[in-house]
Amino acid sequence: MREVLKPETEDQVLEVVRWAVSSKTPLEVRGQGTKQGLGNPVVCDHILDLSGLSGIELYEPQELVMTARAGTPIADIQAALDEAGQMMAFEPWQPKGLYRTEGGTIGGMFASGASGPRRPLAGAARDHMLGFHAISGRGEQFKSGGRVVKNVTGFDLSKLMSGSMGTLSVMTDVTLKVLPKPEKSRTVLVFAPTDVGRAMLDAQNSPYEVSGVAYLPVEVAAKSQVSYINHASVGVVAVRVEGPAPSVAVRCQLLRELLCKYGEVEELHTSNTVTLWREIRDVEYFSEGGDIWRLSVTPSEGPTIADALGDVHYLDWAGGLIWLQASGQDAERIRAAFPNGHATLMRAPNNVRASVDVFQPHPDGLQALMDRVRAGFDPHAILTPGRM
Amino acid sequence: MKMPKPDQATIARRSEIIKRLRAIVPGEGVIVDENELTAYECDGLMAYRQLPMVVVLPQTTKQVSDVLKACHEMDVKIVPRGAGTGLSGGALPLADAVTLGLGKFKAILDIDYDNRCVVAQPGVTNRAITEAVEDEGYYYAPDPSSKIACTIGGNVAENAGGMHCLKYGLTTNNVLGVEMVLMDGEIIRLGGKHMDAGGLDLLGAVTGSEGLLGVITGVTVRILKQPDVAKGVLVGFPNVEAGGECVAKIIGSGIIPGAMEMMDKMVIGAMQDFVDSGYPLDVESLLVVELDGQEIEVQYLTERVSEIAKSVGSTFLRVSDTDEERQQMWKGRMSAFPSVGRISPDYLTMDGTIPRHRLADVLTRMTELSKDYGLRVANVFHAGDGNLHPLILFDANKPGELDRAEEFGHDILRLCVEVGGVLTGEHGVGVEKRDLMGEVFSEDDLKQQQRLKCAFDGSGLLNPGKVYPTLHRCVELGRMKITEGNIPFPDIPRF
Repeated sequence: MREVLKPETEDQVLEVVRWAVSSKTPLEVRGQGTKQGLGNPVVCDHILDLSGLSGIELYEPQELVMTARAGTPIADIQAALDEAGQMMAFEPWQPKGLYRTEGGTIGGMFASGASGPRRPLAGAARDHMLGFHAISGRGEQFKSGGRVVKNVTGFDLSKLMSGSMGTLSVMTDVTLKVLPKPEKSRTVLVFAPTDVGRAMLDAQNSPYEVSGVAYLPVEVAAKSQVSYINHASVGVVAVRVEGPAPSVAVRCQLLRELLCKYGEVEELHTSNTVTLWREIRDVEYFSEGGDIWRLSVTPSEGPTIADALGDVHYLDWAGGLIWLQASGQDAERIRAAFPNGHATLMRAPNNVRASVDVFQPHPDGLQALMDRVRAGFDPHAILTPGRM
Repeated sequence: MKMPKPDQATIARRSEIIKRLRAIVPGEGVIVDENELTAYECDGLMAYRQLPMVVVLPQTTKQVSDVLKACHEMDVKIVPRGAGTGLSGGALPLADAVTLGLGKFKAILDIDYDNRCVVAQPGVTNRAITEAVEDEGYYYAPDPSSKIACTIGGNVAENAGGMHCLKYGLTTNNVLGVEMVLMDGEIIRLGGKHMDAGGLDLLGAVTGSEGLLGVITGVTVRILKQPDVAKGVLVGFPNVEAGGECVAKIIGSGIIPGAMEMMDKMVIGAMQDFVDSGYPLDVESLLVVELDGQEIEVQYLTERVSEIAKSVGSTFLRVSDTDEERQQMWKGRMSAFPSVGRISPDYLTMDGTIPRHRLADVLTRMTELSKDYGLRVANVFHAGDGNLHPLILFDANKPGELDRAEEFGHDILRLCVEVGGVLTGEHGVGVEKRDLMGEVFSEDDLKQQQRLKCAFDGSGLLNPGKVYPTLHRCVELGRMKITEGNIPFPDIPRF
């Protein structure tokens, strides 16, 4: 019988964690539990549910900053941002495509370090987290960072918390940097590109400030809801351009001229652009079907690595990100295919995830350092132990 | 400001330590002569000086590792140092420590245009990275004022900023990987040419750690393609409030300029005789805005910025026609610090960050403080991200004036914290702001940060006395003080 503890104040969270520390009781820290499929499966008798710790505490659009309690639903954050014409520029993925769940909390989003196609241009979740309050696995309240972007006052613990998967500490609120939404957004498509890798790198390394560069091989393109893409019956390189309207039009034209040597070019307007990049971000092409891997590799090596592996895949981040449909049991084969980077098993049944390294193993020295860092926050391993 | 008391027993072992270091780094790489050591007695924070016990200049990662291992064994402290341009005293030597300089690590190891990155040794200067790639139309974005001299390793240690950080991020947003050596000699590699390092983000934690976690021996940074066009807009205002409002409105309307810098009347006046800036003299505050990107976008944004400027009552507005004109606009800003240096024998550089909308308020209160202390203050700031650089003018030869200037500076930083800001935006805590950390952080906050230090350097030998006002031993930090909990929490919903 698992017991769910659902505090509504920071003091109550503190009370729960102190009890857990003193009784050495492991807690599974969660928001809405929408990303349970990510990481090593964790079984704790007690769940610390933070979804009761909800509400935007500060939002100053002119200052490009927001503070929200950790359990605030993403939907509430999104609604507030939409109203002010702003966004989380790192484009966090939604869990529907991967885990068939909907929703999520702001704390869970940072804890999973979710970043999307705009990551090479705008940075990752970690680059947008300015500060936080938390309770450590020692049962102590602490904070780090602040509410301003430029800040080197003390160690940057926000970076550590981002992507820490509910380990280290229980965040009770987070402060994030938000940015204006682009006025306009379009996509240049290159059909059946003669050289996928070069086409992507030419776009990425152009001076036209592209905000997404992806490649969908034919079998993946066929699953897109965008008719231009699913009717093409060939692989497609997609390049997104965002900004003020007149600038987007000119940059799209320049990109078409740059990329037409690789194949026929076409342009998607706003609504199709929104659909396409949501599909890419949320891995909707693989929503049906089995296990999924996510590989972060050297961009220029991406297409070759993906081809050598031979599994169904598509590329984002100009080749630096490979989404791969392959068995969770293939960890060794997949990790042997690239010299630098890391592979994460993003979706697989619990028993599979329990039997392989979900996250890329580190060299011994580095792993030992990470273990020491973790012990500094959570010496008795009571916070979501083993998840990461 | 007090540094930890030098350990006389260590100093007594000096010749033994030198012998051990010479066995690792041959010849001139170990500096022991007092005259030569003088060159290392301070960094950019020149108010504090201390001769190092020894200086060692290794040339390879292996040597750095061996030096650290040897010092770890001998229980000798290490102060890492890049070019020594830091403004907060992070590289201030200790009388009982070895200063480890990375000045001989000067090679750029790999330029990879396809993957938009450069792999460099830590002693390569910030500017040299851009110089190595600019012929191909690329550049490295973070641009601290000291870019000609400061090193990339030092930039990582301090999480250096600069004028173009508003749009392109700080060092932390532009570093892809590092190689570093821990105090016990272990060599660790984090990240690389791929995005995100994997596992706990130690790379993010190391960036800006001011030489307390490890010694950086290699850096991979991201380079960017130079924008097609950049234009400058120079705007003058009859009062600082209007300038502040202009900045808020530009950002609030969704425009993120490449750079947005503000100066007050004192600075403008100071540079008048020093550099041909072409700045108007009859304004209270002056804003330089740089807009970059594709030509039509720059044209469009320039018009919008000009409209906003007029709407808040600007009294001077000029848009650059040519790139020479744009560079001319920057000439004044670039020479702000040396210009102020000419109108005052000495000055202290502050570095607080505040929420932008408190700008006018903070400037008003700073003027009051200036009267109270009887010291002039000149203001230059990275207006776009609220990073202030008040320059406090004083004369160190007048008894008590340095102390008064420092106290004034501390009051300014307390003011920054009071309005929701922080002590330092880009210069680092070092020794300069160390004793003010308690204004921002509780004892528990600081202890949690220091536990990270313990994970990297359990011995506490790496750059002690910097950043944290109280030194705790790791054993003490590891102790738990939790009282026995009972399981009631009657008020907490449970299911």
